[in-house]
Formats: sequence, C-alpha cells, structure tokens
Amino acid sequence: MSPATPRSSRSIDWPLLLLYLVLVGLGWVAVYAASYSPDAPAHPFSALSFSELMAFNWFKQLIWMGTAVVLIVVLLVVDYKAYDTLAYVLYGGMIVLLLVTLVVARPIAGSRSWLEFGPVRLQPAEFAKFTTALAASRFMAGINLRNQNWRDQAVLAGLTLLPVALILASNETGQALVFAALLLAYFREGMSPIILLLLAAGGVILLLALLVPKLWLVGGFTVVLGIAFLLNSRLWRHHLPLSLGAWVLVIGMVFGVDFFFNKVLQPHQRQRIEMLIDPGKDPLGKGWNVTQSKIALGSGGWFGKGFLKGTQTKFDFVPEQSTDFIFCTVGEEWGWAGCFVVIGLYLTLLWRILLVAERQKSVFGRTYGYCAASILFVHFTVNLGMTMGLMPVVGIPLPFFSYGGSSLWSFTILLFALLALDAHRKQDLVR
Amino acid sequence: MQYLEGRRYVVLAIFTLVGLLFASRLFYLQVLDDSYKTAADRNTLQRQVQVPYRGLIYDRHDSLLVTNTPVYDLMVVPREVKHLDSAKFCQLMQLPLEDLRLGLRAAKIYSRVRPSPIIQNLSTPELAAINDNLINFPGFRVQARMARAYRTQNLAHALGYVGSITPKLLEAPKYAHYAPGENVGISGLESYYEPTLMGRRGVQYRLVNVRGIDKGPFRGGEFDTLSQAGQDLHLSIDAGLQAYGEKLLGGRRGSIVAIDPKTGEILCFVSAPRFEPQMLTGKGMGNRYMDLLRNPDRPLFDRPLMATYPPGSVFKLVNELVALQLGVVTPSTGFPCDQHLIHCTHRHEYPSNVGIAIKQSCNPYFYQVMRAAVLRGQSPNKFEDARLGLGQWQKMVKTFGLGERLGVDMGHEKRGLIPSPEFYDKLRGYHHWNYKTVYSLSIGQGEIGITGLQMANVLATIANRGYYYAPHFVRSVGTTGPLPQFRERHYTAVDTTLFKYLIPGMQAVVDGNGGTGSFASLAQYGISVAGKTGTVQNAHGPDHSTFAAFAPANDPKIAIAVFIENSGFGGTAAAPCAGLMMEKYLRGKVAPSRKRWEDWIMYGDLTKRRH
Repeated sequence: MSPATPRSSRSIDWPLLLLYLVLVGLGWVAVYAASYSPDAPAHPFSALSFSELMAFNWFKQLIWMGTAVVLIVVLLVVDYKAYDTLAYVLYGGMIVLLLVTLVVARPIAGSRSWLEFGPVRLQPAEFAKFTTALAASRFMAGINLRNQNWRDQAVLAGLTLLPVALILASNETGQALVFAALLLAYFREGMSPIILLLLAAGGVILLLALLVPKLWLVGGFTVVLGIAFLLNSRLWRHHLPLSLGAWVLVIGMVFGVDFFFNKVLQPHQRQRIEMLIDPGKDPLGKGWNVTQSKIALGSGGWFGKGFLKGTQTKFDFVPEQSTDFIFCTVGEEWGWAGCFVVIGLYLTLLWRILLVAERQKSVFGRTYGYCAASILFVHFTVNLGMTMGLMPVVGIPLPFFSYGGSSLWSFTILLFALLALDAHRKQDLVR
Repeated sequence: MQYLEGRRYVVLAIFTLVGLLFASRLFYLQVLDDSYKTAADRNTLQRQVQVPYRGLIYDRHDSLLVTNTPVYDLMVVPREVKHLDSAKFCQLMQLPLEDLRLGLRAAKIYSRVRPSPIIQNLSTPELAAINDNLINFPGFRVQARMARAYRTQNLAHALGYVGSITPKLLEAPKYAHYAPGENVGISGLESYYEPTLMGRRGVQYRLVNVRGIDKGPFRGGEFDTLSQAGQDLHLSIDAGLQAYGEKLLGGRRGSIVAIDPKTGEILCFVSAPRFEPQMLTGKGMGNRYMDLLRNPDRPLFDRPLMATYPPGSVFKLVNELVALQLGVVTPSTGFPCDQHLIHCTHRHEYPSNVGIAIKQSCNPYFYQVMRAAVLRGQSPNKFEDARLGLGQWQKMVKTFGLGERLGVDMGHEKRGLIPSPEFYDKLRGYHHWNYKTVYSLSIGQGEIGITGLQMANVLATIANRGYYYAPHFVRSVGTTGPLPQFRERHYTAVDTTLFKYLIPGMQAVVDGNGGTGSFASLAQYGISVAGKTGTVQNAHGPDHSTFAAFAPANDPKIAIAVFIENSGFGGTAAAPCAGLMMEKYLRGKVAPSRKRWEDWIMYGDLTKRRH
C-alpha cells in the first residue's frame, strides 16, 4: 500500500469487500431457493420475458444487486470528507423524509413506512439508521462523553430518539428497536456501562416477570440482596440507599410489567411475546410463524435437505420466507453445517468491522464503524433469534440475505461508507 | 483513552457470545432434537390410503351373494360455501333443514378447509338426481366410495353387515390400523372374516403444500405400496334352500339350521323373523337399523346361534347314547311306561326296546334310562351318588358340542347350558339334590339350553354314527378351502358302534306306524328320514315346537334342526317344515302336492292342530 496513491483500490479493505460479496451471493442463493417453485422451475437462463421474470423474487433481487454495485461505486468515488461534512444535512433530510412518509404513506401490512414510486417501494426507516449513525458520529467527534456533560448527553439522546419516535409512529417497531444498537457504539466512546447494564437487567426482569410468578421474583431478589449485604458489610454501609433504590425499582418493574404488557403494548405485540413464551399455545394461529420456522430449521439436520429440496419453505409452510424468515431456508436446505458457516461469516464480518473501526484515526470514523457493526449485529441477532424462537417475531431483515431492495441498499451504504472512510484514513490528521 | 480501548473487547465478546448462542441453539434444534423432523414430515407428507376392493361372497353353487357397488357421499367444505340457499338445497337433496344445519355445524367444527360428509350413501340414481344442480351450491361436492351390494334377499343374519368403523371398535388392537370412517365388517361373516375380505391397503405418500395441494410422490414413490383386493368367500350355504327356508319360516319366530354331516358345512341358516341384508346398507341405514332393533319379535337376534332353548325330547337321543356307553342299558332294554314317575305324552305300546321308546318318545322310559346312567351306586350316599353320576353324564354330553361353543366361523355363538353338579350345588345346596331334582334333563327339559346350531350338529353326529366336523359357513376362503379347524373330526365320548342302535327308532318316528314325526316323511320319494320330535315347555307361552332329523337315513346328506317358538307339538309344526326343507335340498324341488304344507307352516295356526 502506497501512501502516495491513497485513492487507489489497493487501500480498500479487501477482506470486508470479500465478506460482503460472499454474504450477498449466498443470500441470493437462499432467496432463489425460497422463491423457487417446483411447479414452474424458472432459473436465470430460462427463456422468460423480462416481465415474467419480474414475478420472481430472485430475479428482482438480481436487479437490486446490480443497482447496489452502482451504489458502491458512487459511495467510494464521493469525497470521503462529505460523510463528515454532510452528516447533519443528511440527518435533517431524513427526518423530513420520515415525516413526509408518515403523512403520505399508504398502510402496508399495518405500517405506514413505505414510499412508493411506481413499482418500486422504499422504506426510509431503513436508511434512517445510516443517517443517524453519521450524525451521531459527527456529534461524538465534538464532545467527550466521559465528561458527563449533561447537555451533550441530552443532545445525543435527542439526536438518537427523534428518528426512533418517527419510526415508532409509523408502526415499525422492529426498525425502531434497531436504534438500540447505537448504544454499543456510544458505550465504546465512553458512555457509562451502567446504562447498558440497566437496559440488560430491565430486559431480563421483564422476561422473568412474564415467566415466573411475581412473588417468587420479588422474594428471590430480596433474598439475593440480603445475602449480598450479609457477605459484604461495606456494601451495607456505603451503598444502602442505592441498593434500596434498586430493590424498589425492581419490584416496581415486576409489578409494572403487567401494566406495560396489558396496557402499553398493542395486541399484536403482546401476542408476539406470548407466542415466544409458549408457541404451542396456538400452533395454527398466532404461534404459526414461530412453530413453522422452528420446524423448517429443525428438519434440516446436520447437512440439510439439499439445495431446492427443502419442503417446509418450498411448500409455503413458513411465511415471509424470502424476507424476514430467509434463514429458515438456510437451515432447512443447508443444515446445521450451513448455518454454522453463515453465522461464522457474520461474526467474521463483525470482527473485521470492529478492527477496521479501531484503526480509524478520527473519532468520527471510529464511532461510525462501531455504529455500523452494532446495527448489523442487532439485525443479525433479532432476525436469527426470531427464526429460532428465541425472540419475539419482529419483522426486520437479515442483512445481505433477506430479499428486498431497501434493506440491501441500506446495508450496502452502511458498510461501504465505512470502507470509503477507511480507504482514506491515512489522509486524516491524528486528533 | 487507554481505558476506553478495553471496551472494544466487551463489544467483541457480546458479538461472539450471541454467535455461539445461536450456533448451539441451532445444534439443538437441528441435530439433537428429532421432533422437528417428524413435524416436518407430518406437515408435508400425506398418507393416502387406497382401500382395497372388498372380497365377494358366493354360495355353494358359486352364485354371487354379496358384491360391491359405488356409493356417493355429498361432502361439504365449509370455507367454500357461499350464499347457500338452504331451503332450495334441502328441497333438492330431500334433506330436513335441521339435518343440514347440524351437518354444517359439525363440518365447521371438524375443519373449515377439509371436506366433511353431509349426506352419506347416495346411490347412483340418487346422485344423478342432484348432480346437475350441484354447480349452484359451491362448497358441496360428491365423493365416491365402495359399499356392499347384495344379490340376495336372504341370509342377512349370517352375512352380517358392513359399516363405518365405530369409535369403540377403533380402540381395539385388532382394528388399530383402521382410520375413522373406514368400512369394517360389523357382524356375521363380514366381521369374522374381516382381515380376509378387507385385503391389504395400499399406501401412497404424497407431498402436500401448506394448503394441502398435492405436490407429487414422496421420493419417487419409493415407499408406496399397492392395494391388494380382499379374498372371496365361498359359502357352504345353498342359496335356494336358504331362500326356501326364509320363505317358510320368515314370518314366525324360530330357526332352521341344516348341516351337511359329511363335512360340517352349513347348508341353510334361517333366523326368523327374517330381514333383508339390503336394509343394513345405503342411505337411511341407521333408521332401518333402529326399526329392526325396536321390533318386539327381535329380528336382529341371531336365533340359531344365540337363542338357547331346552331341546325337549330330541335330547332323549343323547341320553340314550350316554347310557349305552356307560353300559347301564342295552338297545333291547325295556322300561315300563310308568306314569307315576313322569307324565307321558300319550298312551302307546309297551316300550320294550329303545326303538319303540324313541318312536313313542316315552317320557317314563327315558326317565329310567337317565336314572340308570346317573345313579350307579358309586357312593352309598344317594346324594353323592347323584352328584358323581351327573358329573360323568355332563362330561359325556359336552363331547357332543353341547354346553360349549362349537367354534363356528361367526363371533357371537352362545354356549348353551349342560348343567354340572356344581351348578345344582349352587342352586340347591351341596348334597341337597338328587336324581329326583334333575330328572327333567332326561327328557331335555329343565336347566338345559342348546342352540339350533348345536341341535343340528347333534343330528349330524348321529348321522355320521359318532363324529362331527365343527359346523362352518365358509367352504373355501379364496381358493384355499375351509379354515384348518374345520377339517378336523370330533368324536364324542360314545363309541361309534353304539350310534346305529338309535337309527331304526328315529326312522320309525317318521315312517313308523303312529310315529310322532310322520309329517316329515319323504317315503313317497323313497327317501328314509331319521328324526326326532320335541315339544318344549317353556315360560314364554305355548310350547316350542322342534324337530331334528337327517336324511337319507343310510347315507345322510343333510342334518337339520328346526325350532319354531310357541307353536305347539314338534310333530305338527317343526316336522313338516323340516320335511319340506329336506325335500327341497335332496330333490332340488318341492312337489306341488306339498303346497298345502307350505301354506300350513307359513300361515297356519300351528298351536291349534294337535297330533
């Protein structure tokens, strides 16, 4: 690598590019298998007219992939400084777009989040993650989170929560949830770990409150706290108010769950959580997705049924199989071995992004890298967790795998913006 | 900054942990837990059972009695029903509105997308009447299947019937492989020979999608099997004789069983009142079944196998044989007709040997024969003597197939009753009974019950001079002959050389001067009939009339037992009926001059005329 030719292609991070290509390629194969119909076997070389081919998801995905190539070129050619400079502009533009979407969008499957341009549909929420990540990184570069400057923290929180609020308003809970990913990046930049821990503890308590009788939970927590006090007298002297506060908080949460669950959550959200806890309760109705998804995955065995030989996904037992439940096809046709490889590829991608992020000289670049990794990670976790019945059914795509232009584009932008920054990292001044 | 550097490893660890969690969860789902594989097969594999063609049933002359015919079920798929004009529908289908309502509700409960039956067992003409209009009623369609069809109006009791398997039968291990709604033989031969008639099901595994639409064979049909049609049954029943028997006795209560003594094959099996086998098939079967069930004459009661009557005087033959075997009497033994012992039926010549005694059916004679057989001085205690003697008597009588199931190829055969000493111990108390308590057995009355089939079998045994084949209906399963247990001779406890001493007396019953069974005589055709009348006192009104015989006496081809309930003397009702039956079987026809006997048996007031 020669510093004299900073724009040369050699400064692109080849491992990341390769991982991207492999994942998108495998994703397309899975989409092909999921949208393949044994009754009308169509393949890329069959003599069908364009409009006939457009009936197949795999063909449309090919077009999206082609456009993604164009997108990549643009992202790499654009002046890398533009990401930094235009961060707030893009963020503002996205907020406006989200507002517009809220007003003009037609409800599709219960959410008003799709903009339609003739045959093409775009979901701005997909791209809001990118712009918010940019804006947050830009803001982060100018502050120091560790200084506990309340004003800065409030601005950052507002910056993050504004798009979340708009997306929630359009009834896309899943996409809004993804913004929690940014907390991982903020954590890396100095946010107090207590916030992360509190959130994690809150989630655990929420789940326990649904699964375990309330009195057990309160009793159990009280006993644990009591034992901690008995074992450590310093805790008793120094942290009594804090501990008591935590105790009250937990009990409040335990009893608040009922209220939250029955009053705050909407019926369909409540159902999703109920089905997660006990999918066998209504396997043909509300539990159908989870049950069938697990059946499809579980029937794969060690090495799967083979390409195009899956029966559960082929015969439409699994709903949304080329989008949100694409991993079922992977599990059924490629088996555990295939799943292991795919999970391994994702982990390698995430590790590599972290590595790339850490080598950025600017806080902007590093924060953005962490944002990108975290967003991909949350998509990966929620999507796979959902197909395995570990998480409620939240409709968010699996990056690079799921069929769909919006998601492919948004993840491509997310990743290649980082690659563009990375390619020019040596031009940045060390701060 | 150094301090924050470490946080990258926290993030890294979170990523890695989630990845490992997913890999292990998948390992559990995909590799360790097999239940998802079976669930996937249940999802997509549809087991399509091909029900084989049920075996046909022929009579002994190979005329077809039972065959199969397509019937049609009107099915409904609740989800596809649109704008149903129920009044019009019910008018067209001739279905009460209430039935339609209930049927639709049941169908919805079963499944909204799978067909459920609304009307079952439509015949081809009934189908033709509605088929053209079905197009106006979306959601309704016709499904064909095979049902039994009958080429005979007779033999309903023996044939039994076929119907949808009941939930109770489904629980039996024997029917474990049956699916709800499948046809199964419910009674009679259809039930006994069910595995044979049923054949072997074919199974095809088909792949189906989430809407149940066929997506082709599973693994190229590797696991599919073809169905194998059921085997035909060739009955020993003579359809002509059967029809004649049902014509004669069908309107009364009673039974006729005729057996070919040389083989044990049942030639005719009449249970009266009769009904037609058609009544238990097709549309409205349930209602007709209930009507039969409620009929006070109990036509569904299979009398030849299940009605046990005291045999009356016919049983004197068995007692005589037992006494001969025990050596307590000889054929030339005479006993006085001592009316102090027991009332005799009529005044008659002195019974100086067994022939005269049988011919006159002398009650005191047989009282003394059985007393000689039972009381043999085996114990100084007269009670114990009777106990021992009756015990030996019972064991010997049972070897005639009495008080036991004969093992006929039908499920619901009754044992009847030949009382043991223990029976009387229970009834009267130990050593509280002696011969004077049980003497009615000597004339076939009292605590004794035998079925029509058993009585015919006793006559077959005598006709064979000492042995019988277990009576059976099926002379050949497919082409393989009768079941093995029907090829086996059964000997009684009585020496075969002793049977011949009964026959002159039995011939005299029919053809002798003043014999009690003269109305059964076929002497005009040169056929010698050996028989015995019986008049059975009973608690249900007038005496039962019985007659049992075989013919020709020297080369028996038919042994027959006739029971006619509450019809007086055996000689007046049952004997002419048996005579006509034997004539029909042995000569192939009944002479026109004998029509008056037919009329007498069918329409006469049997209790009025005494003989």
